[in-house]
Amino acid sequence: MSYLLRRIGFYAFTAWAAITINFFLPRAIPGDPVQSLIARAQGQLSTDAIQSLYILFGLDDEQSLVSQYFEYWGQLLSGDLGLSFTFFPSPVSDVIADSLPWTLALVGFTTVISFLLGTALGVVAGWWRGTWADLLMPVTTFLSSIPYFWLGLIAITLFADQGGAFPSSGGYDPGVVPGWDLDFIGSAIHHSLLPAITILITSMSGWVLSMRNMMLTVAAEDYITVAHAKGLSQRRVMVSYAARNALLPNVSAFALSLGLIVGGTLLVEIVFSYPGIGFQLFSAVGAKDYPLIQGIFLIITLSVLVANLVADLVYLLLDPRTRKEG
Amino acid sequence: MSGEPVLDIRGLSVDYGLGDAAVHAVRDVSLTLHRGEVLGLAGESGSGKSTLAYGMLRLLPPPGVVRSGQVFYHPGDDEPVELMSLSAKRLRRFRWAEVAIVFQGAMNSLNPVHTVATQLTDVIAAHEPRTTPAARRARAVELLTLVGINADRLGSFPHQLSGGMRQRVMIAMALALEPRVVVMDEPTTALDVVMQRQILAKLVELRERIGFSVLFITHDLSLLVEFSDRIAIMYGGRIVEDAPAGQLYRDSLHPYSDGLLHSFPALRGPRRELTGIPGSPPDLRAMPSGCAFHPRCPKAFDPCAERTPTLLAPDGREDQNRTVACWLHTADRAMT
Ligand SMILES: Nc1ncnc2c1ncn2[C@@H]1O[C@H](COP(=O)(O)OP(=O)(O)O)[C@@H](O)[C@H]1O
Ligand SMILES: [Mg+2]
Repeated sequence: MSYLLRRIGFYAFTAWAAITINFFLPRAIPGDPVQSLIARAQGQLSTDAIQSLYILFGLDDEQSLVSQYFEYWGQLLSGDLGLSFTFFPSPVSDVIADSLPWTLALVGFTTVISFLLGTALGVVAGWWRGTWADLLMPVTTFLSSIPYFWLGLIAITLFADQGGAFPSSGGYDPGVVPGWDLDFIGSAIHHSLLPAITILITSMSGWVLSMRNMMLTVAAEDYITVAHAKGLSQRRVMVSYAARNALLPNVSAFALSLGLIVGGTLLVEIVFSYPGIGFQLFSAVGAKDYPLIQGIFLIITLSVLVANLVADLVYLLLDPRTRKEG
Repeated sequence: MSGEPVLDIRGLSVDYGLGDAAVHAVRDVSLTLHRGEVLGLAGESGSGKSTLAYGMLRLLPPPGVVRSGQVFYHPGDDEPVELMSLSAKRLRRFRWAEVAIVFQGAMNSLNPVHTVATQLTDVIAAHEPRTTPAARRARAVELLTLVGINADRLGSFPHQLSGGMRQRVMIAMALALEPRVVVMDEPTTALDVVMQRQILAKLVELRERIGFSVLFITHDLSLLVEFSDRIAIMYGGRIVEDAPAGQLYRDSLHPYSDGLLHSFPALRGPRRELTGIPGSPPDLRAMPSGCAFHPRCPKAFDPCAERTPTLLAPDGREDQNRTVACWLHTADRAMT
């Protein structure tokens, strides 16, 4: 247990450091975000309005850095991430709340499917090595070496452009109104199929390869031979002895990959102009929308940390050897 | 003690790899284990003892293959079964129920992610599917008690047990289905001498109580002299001598057996001078011609380098129930 407490302490410290850096970074950036907003408003803002903007963005010179820092924490804890420049006057938290579900649905779902399918294929490929299952390997190795960007563009060219069966951008048809009805859900699924399939193709092979390797390693263990000698069924040996042990490293890798759902989807969402958080970050960088960038970074950092914690917990749960230690 | 045979190995040859690259690790081995007997199999490391044990139970890891030979199991009342030709399904039912094995790597023989209870009961469930979970658990408790482990260890994971305990759990597991034969492949090498003796004493006691036969494999001949009824000596993949334990100890015939006896301190009886065997075990890829031991043999003479001796009753001792593969003792008949 003290092991877990130490890990939690470590993650809390990392979170604090990330949040603090997040506070200082924009203040260290040369140039003034409010100036760029003023420039964009083309002189339509009064001096009063400008001053209130500075205060709004937390860039108020009249306050000391220390009190700004504490105020920043106070805002964070109440879920206030400031106002977005590009979507002014929408708060950053609203912008994120709008785009996060898209990412979670598309990438979260495909990450889980990719892990489950890839791991199952890896188990089979590892267990039946030296048979037809070996044919799977050159294919998977090839797929895992394809750069995502390239695959995405090919997919759009082949299946989306010039009256192809799939849309090449967006999360749903402009014609439908977002809501929990069949029209909208159908349209959303239609839009997400192509990106989902491309993610699956490139990410699944990683799980296949690592699971197969672990299966091969575990197959040489004495306890597998014992399991055969005991006359247990092939199925029982494969699942309960080989796969159960081979799964350990893959499961913690999976927990970590959950943390990358939020941050690791930039490429997918850019290629498919998908209205998720990665695409939002991409646009925010282009628009120098500092509060939004900050907010998204914060979400990414926190989700990676939470995923790490989950990985630790899962390992603790699956591997009895880690339970008593430390 | 030696009644009818339980396990009869006939001309078993095992290779690692195929074709020209194959290493012949076990060569034409014939060996018989009798009912109620402890048969010791000794030989330097690399002589093929484990390969023989794995091979006869069809447990060889790739690239191991049984090239030829037969293994007959005699269930007592029924017809004997030939293991090499058994279907996968029948083989699975045969394993553990008739012949259980405690492996050389017994330290790693337990699955680290399952409890002792799970691993003791899953074998019962596999072979006796109609037993209830409660009955299986009760049997597991019984088995642990048998090997001197407290029942509260049932919920333990392997890493929570000491080496000696894990070893005894494996012995308990081997006895779970009351097999007629238990194969032990260097079950105690990783343990200290005191623990080795404790476990072996336990084993002998259990054998007397339950009545199974043991094929005991070790490179430590002095252990066998103490605990076994018969001893077979293996060298370069062949059995070179097979004799009752006492005879082998007092009056070994093969110079290699003699060398082995002088490689370990005897724990009882008169002290012997420890001389060991000069030279090193043969390279299986480049076996010497004739008798594989001749380059290291202090008594080698003319025929040894040219012709391979066969395992036969030694000259003038045809009544002694022993065999040896050595030109010194089988010259008369093998020449003709
Ligand atoms: N997987 C393998 N591939 C090739 N050769 C092997 C393999 N396993 C064992 N051998 C060879 O077979 C011979 C017999 O090994 P083994 O049966 O383990 O001997 P022992 O148990 O008497 O120490 C050794 O010379 C070893 O090099
Ligand atoms: Mg061995």
